[in-house]
Amino acid sequence: MTSTVGGRSPGLALPKSELLEMYRQMVLIRRFEEAAAEQYALGKIAGFLHLYIGEEAVAVGAIRAMDPRDHLVTHYRDHGYALALGLDPGRCMAELFGKSTGLVGGRGGSMHFADASKNFWGGYAIVSGHLPIAVGLGLASQYQNERRVAVAIFGDGATNAGPFHESMNLAALWKLPVLFLCENNLYGMGTAVEYASAVREMAKKACAYDMPAERVDGQDVLAVYDATKVALEHCRAGNGPFFIEALTYRFRGHSMADPEMYRSKEEVEEYRRQRDPITLFRTRLTQEGIAKAAEFDEIDQEVEEVITAAVRFAEESPEPDPATVMEHVYAEPVRVS
Amino acid sequence: MAREITYRDALREALREEMERDERVFLMGEDIGHYGGSYAVTRGFLEEFGPKRVRDTPIAELGIVGAGIGAAIGGLRPVVEIMTINFSLLAMDQIVNHLAKLHYMFNGQFTAPVVIRTAAGFGQLGATHSQTFEGWYAHVPGLRVVMPAVPKDAKGFLKSAIRGNDPVIFIEHSLIYRNRGEVPDDEDFLLPLEGAEVRREGTDVTIVSWSRGYYLALGAAEELAREGIDCEVIDLRVLRPLDIDTVVRSVQKTNRLVVVEEGWRTLAMGAEIAAAVQERAFDYLDAPIARVGSLEVPMPYARNLERLVVPNKDRVVAAVRQVLY
Repeated sequence: MTSTVGGRSPGLALPKSELLEMYRQMVLIRRFEEAAAEQYALGKIAGFLHLYIGEEAVAVGAIRAMDPRDHLVTHYRDHGYALALGLDPGRCMAELFGKSTGLVGGRGGSMHFADASKNFWGGYAIVSGHLPIAVGLGLASQYQNERRVAVAIFGDGATNAGPFHESMNLAALWKLPVLFLCENNLYGMGTAVEYASAVREMAKKACAYDMPAERVDGQDVLAVYDATKVALEHCRAGNGPFFIEALTYRFRGHSMADPEMYRSKEEVEEYRRQRDPITLFRTRLTQEGIAKAAEFDEIDQEVEEVITAAVRFAEESPEPDPATVMEHVYAEPVRVS
Repeated sequence: MAREITYRDALREALREEMERDERVFLMGEDIGHYGGSYAVTRGFLEEFGPKRVRDTPIAELGIVGAGIGAAIGGLRPVVEIMTINFSLLAMDQIVNHLAKLHYMFNGQFTAPVVIRTAAGFGQLGATHSQTFEGWYAHVPGLRVVMPAVPKDAKGFLKSAIRGNDPVIFIEHSLIYRNRGEVPDDEDFLLPLEGAEVRREGTDVTIVSWSRGYYLALGAAEELAREGIDCEVIDLRVLRPLDIDTVVRSVQKTNRLVVVEEGWRTLAMGAEIAAAVQERAFDYLDAPIARVGSLEVPMPYARNLERLVVPNKDRVVAAVRQVLY
């Protein structure tokens, strides 16, 4: 498994401003999710709400390594990716509130964030269903000789489903520029990996398709960044797809409705204490002498203000206009009835 | 100018013209290249356009439909062939949960203009290869579902489907590929992907059908004409969006309606048409609407049993007599 702890990371050579931006994004995601949980408890957010708390390093490390022209499709635990792409937290929160100013105008909700201008083609809520779409994006890139990579982010649970295997095979068969990025957080909803997968190491599944794979410490943002850089170069150079397994952990339940009967409080507490990606990164940057406590505190404070403003924006935004409910079913006009 | 060509050739012309016109158009599906297409629609295309644009795929319907969606989002114009509509069930998740919804769910930010070509049909093929599921797809908002009966529609619809921005489920029928009909010469001959057509005018009863069913309806109408029963025959052509207006206008004239479909009647197109017509033309109906469909069994293999199951001209004739009292 790739980890940067105790070794050097090429990511550490990034300018200080970028490293602190990665820190800021992770804190932003953390605080956004905590605020969303509060607003859910207040009844401002309904339906499913899957929080990314604990997994922030994967989104931030991977997306930092991507070219803005690269494609991204993700699973439904998707707030973190939107924020790591730099999308407005206010519009993200407004989507959770079901407001017209939301990322997708209140039509998608928590699980269906998207922004075409960032080549973020959406969060998808049928487990593994978006993987063939990533393959198609890779095909479009290859067909048009664009040298763009299609990045698909999914969980360990997706690797047991048929669409995963059809996608891996097709991407490898046609040597498509697709990065399969698996977030192994050890549980598919409430079922532990060992109850769901014959193979415990997700990266091994790439062998069946002759696809290079790497296991990486998903709590180490620099490790994720480094591994993703290498993988993207591989894909961009025309060598076909690449598979990364990022070992991570979700600190909260699967969704807000999850009583967490399937894992012990001690296990969660252990991860929170030992494996918090934000704490780990802050400690690392401090130890490396890159930034001081006051600088992190300033970022934390700034994020607080951003989150407060985001919630206010969502709160004050109008609901979608009822007159628009039938819009966008079709792109072309429908004349018959 | 127009020429008489087969349904299959109409499809071939549409594909070839659109591929020549637009580099972004490509074909992908099982056995469409080296094998030449299971119904020979794409025979010779691999040699003509090369493997980049005529792509043989693994037997993985879900994967290739999904790849079509991604390719379309990425700027291409995929025409995905699913060998038969029976196999499309493996791609149901991609079609229903993804393809149909992207435009709406993401607030119109982007479209996935995928054309899925597939074929219904039967002919002693057994229970899993003899079905027709147009109603399943027509159930879903966001999809356009067309099922042309004549070569002209086959060509005009397919060209429009490829050029348009909506996903289209384009359903052919294995038993009408050799049917002939006039097709305009114009390389820009396009048909809007909506609207039924009255193909035979009549005053006594309206028969609505589509695809191969249209020919049963027409055959029944010709037979009944010999006894002075004057049937109006409507080819529905497009199942979503559904053109009920054309059917209602006809029923207002004939006051009687028979719907002919090849699949099971339960919760099928005929049920929807009957419901929509009684909502809009209840006072015009002089008889209950009759529905002709297949028997509600998995398709048996034996020739005599299969003949019992699928609708035929005689059953359409009987249904017409039933509503003419």
